[in-house]
Amino acid sequence: MARSVPGVLASFEHIDAACDAIQALRAQGRQDFTVYSAAPSHELEDALGITTSPVRLFTLIGGITGVCAGLGMTYWMSLDWPLLVGGKPIATVPPYVVFLFELMVLLGSLSTVAGVVILSLRRPTTGLAYDPKFSDDRIGIFVPCPAAEVGGVERMFRDAGSVEVRHAA
Amino acid sequence: MAAIAHESNHPTQTHHEVTRDVVNTLGTAGTGYFLLLAGAVGLFLVGVVTFVFLLKDGLGLAGYNPPAFWSVYITTFVFWVGIGHAGTLISAILFLFRSPWRTAVYRATEAMTVFAVMTAGLFPIIHIGRQWFFYWLLPYPNQRWLWPNFKSPLVWDVFAISTYLTVSTTFLCVGLVPDIAAARDMMKGWRSKVYGVFSLGWKGTQHQWQHYSRAYLYLAALATPLVLSVHSVVSWDFAMSIVPGWHGTIFAPYFVAGAIYSGVGMVFTLMIPLRKALKLEHMITEYHFDNLSKLTLLTGSILFYAYAMEYFIGWYSNNTYEQTAFWRRAFGPMWWGGWTMIICNAFVSQLFWFKKVRTNLTALFIISIFINIGMWFERYVIIASSLANDFLPYAWSQMRPTWADWGILAGSFGWFGMWFLLFARTFPVVAIQEIKEQIPMPRLRKGGH
Repeated sequence: MARSVPGVLASFEHIDAACDAIQALRAQGRQDFTVYSAAPSHELEDALGITTSPVRLFTLIGGITGVCAGLGMTYWMSLDWPLLVGGKPIATVPPYVVFLFELMVLLGSLSTVAGVVILSLRRPTTGLAYDPKFSDDRIGIFVPCPAAEVGGVERMFRDAGSVEVRHAA
Repeated sequence: MAAIAHESNHPTQTHHEVTRDVVNTLGTAGTGYFLLLAGAVGLFLVGVVTFVFLLKDGLGLAGYNPPAFWSVYITTFVFWVGIGHAGTLISAILFLFRSPWRTAVYRATEAMTVFAVMTAGLFPIIHIGRQWFFYWLLPYPNQRWLWPNFKSPLVWDVFAISTYLTVSTTFLCVGLVPDIAAARDMMKGWRSKVYGVFSLGWKGTQHQWQHYSRAYLYLAALATPLVLSVHSVVSWDFAMSIVPGWHGTIFAPYFVAGAIYSGVGMVFTLMIPLRKALKLEHMITEYHFDNLSKLTLLTGSILFYAYAMEYFIGWYSNNTYEQTAFWRRAFGPMWWGGWTMIICNAFVSQLFWFKKVRTNLTALFIISIFINIGMWFERYVIIASSLANDFLPYAWSQMRPTWADWGILAGSFGWFGMWFLLFARTFPVVAIQEIKEQIPMPRLRKGGH
């Protein structure tokens, strides 16, 4: 069982209230808080200042690898045992474009999923307080903090419009 | 159950109602469901028994008559690959086009894609005769170090279909993760634990959404050209040969349009009873079926044009073999198949010009059965009639399907139906997260973002 991280967990019914709380936290210089939501929201992303995910690099590298693998596989296998059929070139690009394309899509897709897994694992959620309502209709914000700061954080959440604030020890 | 109208692009339920109504579909099933499942498993067993006979006695049991060595199995292969295409069109292409109406129907159609391609993938294996050597299609050398011929459309097909199955399965699973997490959080006891395992620790944090949303976009962008390429490659299995009736440059777009047409037909067949059985009428409404019908009208009209153009080019080519092939399709021994495909695909689809038809679910269901029949016959006519009547009239014959052909065909419907029914009761058939994205969250202050 992972040890739970001490902090404050707030629950919001209203998206503008959650955005106010996020902006207040950022104004205090906090970066290590976690926001839970049932669906992605541009409003939350703007409040959090989220940038484009680097997962696109995984897609690009996977796609390029697929094209190279397709080209390498077809050329090498054709030239490894040269067999002349119907006077056509032994290795030639046009019929091999299908393999280049299919492997680009295949490796591009699989590396994209691998990218999500790897990038998500960099920010583990084990031990962070969570409420099942966050996958339903509430927005949650968890701020890890020592006991001395709990009161101030709770007050800030209530002022922003949180419907439920609790201390996670 | 929230009886809330859904007549526009934007659902009017609350976030909680969406979660509750979709997660409720995962509860205990009724007798009707088990009867349907038993029927599907029964059909599947018919296929299994037929396959055992094929393994024991060989392909001689099927109705192959030289020179027609491709028939019901390859017809059914193309049919099932085609069925899959509507799912990817709705889930990936319409996602890129930002068509919000897709959200209510895309999950079920995407599942349909995966199971249809799974079904299709069995047919080349059944068809090759010595099924235990199916792995010879993979790119590895034989004992004399000879590699597969990469100029063969059949090897292109192996790569296209296996990529399509892998990518569409990945796309389906990725989309499911946040919804499984929602089911985990709403359920109690052992069910919550099981869904917890499948949710892969999803909690919907800002970092998870940041990577997930981008990944989903890229997966859609990769799946879009893939769906167009797969049926093009399938069409080249035929078009790259010089068999009269097959050797046409129109084949790739013609097959892609036909695939989407047949796939949407199957969506009607599955979704109309499903929405009623799962009590999702307020989420999957006439509005969605109206839009799907318009898609059917578009692809059906493309098919109409392609059929007309095939016959026109056959005549205009002044090529005896081509002219004979098309003459025999309309007036030869298989005239009934040729006219079935023209009536069911080209003419029946034109009924969708009328809004009354597009929004009448009984009419849609009946039309969808005609579409399924018409599209199966389209492939049968293209494959069996062209091969049976090639360049040498003395060798002409006729394909005569036997019980071994029909047994495997029935088994494929059972196999597909079994997986779809199991999916419909095990995983959310409506994308909870994407519907919630369209529903604005409540605000303390007036005014939007």
